[in-house]
Amino acid sequence: MSEAFDQFQGTASYIASEELKHAVNVAVALARPLLVRGEPGTGKTLLAENLALSLGLPLIRWHVKSTTKARDGLYVYDTVARLHDSRFGDEVDVRDIAKYIKLGPLGEALASPTRVVLLIDEIDKADLEFPNDLLHELDAMKFRIDETGKEIAAAERPIVIITSNNEKELPDAFLRRCVFHYIQFPNRELMAEIVKVHHPDITDKVLDNALEVFFGLRATPKLRKKPSTSELVDWILALKKANVDLSRVSGGIPFLGTLLKTEQDVELMGKRAKA
Amino acid sequence: MLIDFLYELRQRKVPVSTHEWMALMEAMALGLHESSLDGFYRLARTLCVKDIALYDAYDEAFLAYFKDIYPQALQLTEQLLEWLNDPKAFDALTAEQRKLLEGMDLEKLREMFAQRLKEQKERHDGGNRWIGTGGTSPFGTGGKNPNGMRVGGGGGRSAMAVADERRFREYRRDVVLDVRQIDVALRGLRKLGREGALEELDLDETIDKTCKNAGDIEIVFRPPRRNRVKVILMMDVGGSMDPHSELMSRLFTAASRSGRFAKFRSYYFHNCVYNTVYEDAEFRKPVQVADLLATSDRDEKLVMVGDALMHPAELLDPGGSMYLYAQARASGHEWLRRLAAHFRSAAWFNPEPDRFWPGTTIEVIASVFGMWPLTLDGLAQGVRYLVRGGQRPQVGDPSKWVKMAGGIR
Repeated sequence: MSEAFDQFQGTASYIASEELKHAVNVAVALARPLLVRGEPGTGKTLLAENLALSLGLPLIRWHVKSTTKARDGLYVYDTVARLHDSRFGDEVDVRDIAKYIKLGPLGEALASPTRVVLLIDEIDKADLEFPNDLLHELDAMKFRIDETGKEIAAAERPIVIITSNNEKELPDAFLRRCVFHYIQFPNRELMAEIVKVHHPDITDKVLDNALEVFFGLRATPKLRKKPSTSELVDWILALKKANVDLSRVSGGIPFLGTLLKTEQDVELMGKRAKA
Repeated sequence: MLIDFLYELRQRKVPVSTHEWMALMEAMALGLHESSLDGFYRLARTLCVKDIALYDAYDEAFLAYFKDIYPQALQLTEQLLEWLNDPKAFDALTAEQRKLLEGMDLEKLREMFAQRLKEQKERHDGGNRWIGTGGTSPFGTGGKNPNGMRVGGGGGRSAMAVADERRFREYRRDVVLDVRQIDVALRGLRKLGREGALEELDLDETIDKTCKNAGDIEIVFRPPRRNRVKVILMMDVGGSMDPHSELMSRLFTAASRSGRFAKFRSYYFHNCVYNTVYEDAEFRKPVQVADLLATSDRDEKLVMVGDALMHPAELLDPGGSMYLYAQARASGHEWLRRLAAHFRSAAWFNPEPDRFWPGTTIEVIASVFGMWPLTLDGLAQGVRYLVRGGQRPQVGDPSKWVKMAGGIR
């Protein structure tokens, strides 16, 4: 069991908390989709990339948009191309519908002869009914192309990672089938580890100072958007490039624009610095 | 045995289904809980709880259920600590306790306590209780290794400690909210309809028309779908509402976001609505309520926000307004009733926690408007009511107020 279970241990460039690793491994072992939620910038999307990397499996991405339909993920029947070919195409056999069927990301994942990691990114962006439309396909891991009558079934159940930003409530029936994990904002120790992965040459003192400022900023009340991990990493990069020594800076935070992204927040911090 | 845990969860409104419970059983059969309480804590949460807002309830249930396994040992701890400091008190222990203690090496126990104590300080200070349960773990309760107490070993903390810390309290649904959460809740307030310029390609209609034209392509456009809900927001400001001003500004920010509603207007009032409301919070631009009613569509949704707390006379007496110039003949209650009668759907959101509602003027106002607390849950329910109608929540017994004020006019 243990050999098969502890498959995911994070990668060199991706530090996962114990809880997250556990959730991933449970999802893999039970062959159920893993639903990941969390603040923006906590590495939800990166999880799928790194899981694929560490397991050595190909990754198929499906970025969901507000206009995405569940069927698009399975396949698209390109009627316009067929119409075009029937009128203007030279020596194309338009009777073969299969030529105009294009598999979507989910369809591709199911048709793949080997095991893949499928990332369904930001599922809550789409219509409320979207997850419900996927229930059967995610459960049975097979679907039928109505136009050709062909059935596609997964040779090996793909590992499905689904991310959501909490924008919409997901339907209960969908949630019941998922393994759920909420990525918490990293605490100081984990954050230090994460920063070290991105900036291996950083000294402890600089890191300490940077984290002090960062968590101080996050603790500021009334901020509209709190800075997240990716912003911290960028900010430290900016500090390094400009050769700024944080411990010597007084009055205001350098490169505040990399950490705060709304005008009101920058203004608020300006007022606080003066006070 | 674990089935009680399922009901503990369900009792705390964590909607665990049979489906999920079976998945948990399957996972445990596979050994995914790693034969430890910590592992079980994570496994059960990841499989049965699908909403961060319910994590806190899960922690509560976990504590409630697994504490039952500890309590005797927990009681022992206090005595044990004393005893460690003063071994003479050994005699004071009951025969049963002594028997328990004889089962273990004193030196080792002392060492463990010291170590535990040290770790406690490093990890989270003031962990009195954790010294407590930690000290008891050598007894082997709770299914842990009887000899080795896994005190925060291996970098992780014990599930009980994690659950007890209740880190997810802030995600609960019955607490007040930030702009983003309000934003999400207000999304429910919509009724889509096609209106406006022809901007969108109507594919079905195009195909239909094209077929009728025997293949000559005819393109049909239609207006895009837009939210048709119109909203009037009336907010109580000043006085007793001052503590809630931050929350009010968040609500306003979210509600007034452009393009959210087909029409959005906001007005301010103080304490209660009388014959006048104001377009600005400084009360400089008055609007007669009678005029407002005359010019607004009955289909517009009226959203009232205020604490609905005032002196009964301010609400029920004609001319009860504290402002002289506003002393009209109708009472505040009457004005509120006129508003509620005009609009087909109206809701009142109250930032005051609902446990303080009974026995105040809130009871009276909640009999005029459907009232919900201004929390994530309350907002969601109120929005549902605004869109679909339904049952209004009942608050207290308003009739006794009527008697007190000598009848409502």
